[in-house]
Amino acid sequence: MIEFWQNLHPVVQVVLKGLAVIMVIFPIGGACSMAERKVSAWIQGRPGPNRAIVPWISWIPILGPFLQRLGIFHVLADGGKMLFKEDALPGHVNKFYFVLAPIVAMIPALTTVTAVPFGAYLDQTGQIIPIALANVDIGLIAVFAVSSLGVYSLILAGWASNSKYPFLGGVRASAQLISYELSMTLSVIPLFLWVNAPGREATFGFARLVEFQSGSWGGITSPGWGGVWFIFIMPVSAFIFITALFAETNRQPFDMPESEADLVGGFHTEYGAFKWGLFFVAEYAHMVIGSGVFTLMFLGGWNPLPWVPLADLVGWLAQLAPILAHPIAVGLLSIGIFLGKVLALIFFFMWVRWTVPRFRYDQVMEIGWKKLLPLSIANLLAYAIGIALIQQ
Amino acid sequence: MATGTPLERKPLTFAERTYVPQILSGLKTTWQHLVRPKETLEYPEQRPAIPPGYRGVPTLVKDPHGREKCVSCQLCEFVCPPKAIRITPGEIAPDAPTGHVEKAPKEFEIDMLRCIYCGMCQEVCPEEAIFLQNQFSMTGYTREEMVNNKARLYELGGTLPDDHFKWDKKLEAEKHGNAH
Repeated sequence: MIEFWQNLHPVVQVVLKGLAVIMVIFPIGGACSMAERKVSAWIQGRPGPNRAIVPWISWIPILGPFLQRLGIFHVLADGGKMLFKEDALPGHVNKFYFVLAPIVAMIPALTTVTAVPFGAYLDQTGQIIPIALANVDIGLIAVFAVSSLGVYSLILAGWASNSKYPFLGGVRASAQLISYELSMTLSVIPLFLWVNAPGREATFGFARLVEFQSGSWGGITSPGWGGVWFIFIMPVSAFIFITALFAETNRQPFDMPESEADLVGGFHTEYGAFKWGLFFVAEYAHMVIGSGVFTLMFLGGWNPLPWVPLADLVGWLAQLAPILAHPIAVGLLSIGIFLGKVLALIFFFMWVRWTVPRFRYDQVMEIGWKKLLPLSIANLLAYAIGIALIQQ
Repeated sequence: MATGTPLERKPLTFAERTYVPQILSGLKTTWQHLVRPKETLEYPEQRPAIPPGYRGVPTLVKDPHGREKCVSCQLCEFVCPPKAIRITPGEIAPDAPTGHVEKAPKEFEIDMLRCIYCGMCQEVCPEEAIFLQNQFSMTGYTREEMVNNKARLYELGGTLPDDHFKWDKKLEAEKHGNAH
């Protein structure tokens, strides 16, 4: 099977891999909207949506009712509704840009995933090979560059809607996303300063970061640092990054572009049906990618626990059953660990949503420019000096 | 007039100004809500406990001997603020076992699209024949369905205990030549 795969034309391989990843990201986006409703409900002391069921699944004795309680089929019901309801196009909008905006929202959201490795397997020599659509050296820069294109969709939507609330939402979105991108980028530079030690080939890829967090650092096992996660070494960076991530993905408490309370729905006020749904899938895809990037950078990527790298776990499992050391088994295990962490982070996003009250717009700007940006610069300077002293 | 000393407002500490401890304690609170048993009453399967004295759908009741208590005096019809009640009075044949009651409704209709569940009909009834009971959910597909007729009202009302047996006592008294 592996040989058949390797004999395929490279373009076919890449297209198949891309489709496979989209087939995972898209349902996760849909499931996130359900999870959002369920987590909201649980935190508010409600059971949440639990009625919809497909008849032939309700015949399964225990599993059927369980899935019904979990609200799985509401995803189908919601999606079907969104797909088949009338897709109204208001008369007062700029039709071309109005239709373009949700497409522009989807494309960067699904493109960023190419540069994000989501698993790893061990080759014959025991070397860890990351699984990614494109394991490129510019990984993080590619993610930042492409995902920040997402702001254009919000501006386009706000502008093309030709009405005041979407316009205000679009303006807020552009200001907010640009403000927080600065501190987000500055907060992760210390990580790359650390892993790009003198004498090593420079990289912005995620693979090197995870390699460091796996303990074996390009063959060098640095004593004391073996398998430590970056969140323990650089908690301030992690804090700034996750805060900026909340702002970048328009999550509460930074949901200024949407502002249900004061701007009706912000940039998507005039949208309905499937175009509206696309905005939401894009938002959740951004959350998934953002959580993935955070996991890779601060939470050890596909390593199961701090100080327990994947290679160790595979070694233990191989003692139980040799089949578990097969590259495909290891690949699935690592993807599972990675997705588990990503989903836990997405749960954290939803948990925070119901914990922290929304900031006012001026507070958002003040936190971004007067608190986070100086903090990230100070953090960068402190780590730059520290790393220079350690690695000289 | 305000008395006592005003509460001294302490300046925020550094930890408080970073928001972090507050957010963490907030996360703890919401987590406790997350794992707590849910408050929701899942309605069609679970029904709420009806407290005594609840004013639900108005119904007509019979006494324990199975005699219909309403004597079609029409007080409820007159008192009804939204004019939801319409009674067509009728007579009881003199040779019937309850012939001495003389009157009973021929038709008794309560329009549930008009009824405001105020309970004045129950309050005014001299025969304790009309009661607002526990049923709180009335649905129908047509306007006609939402009008409860006499048969339906007795079906909903059933039999309630009676403390007085007023008409039995009256019959007894009449038989002993002491009508009042």
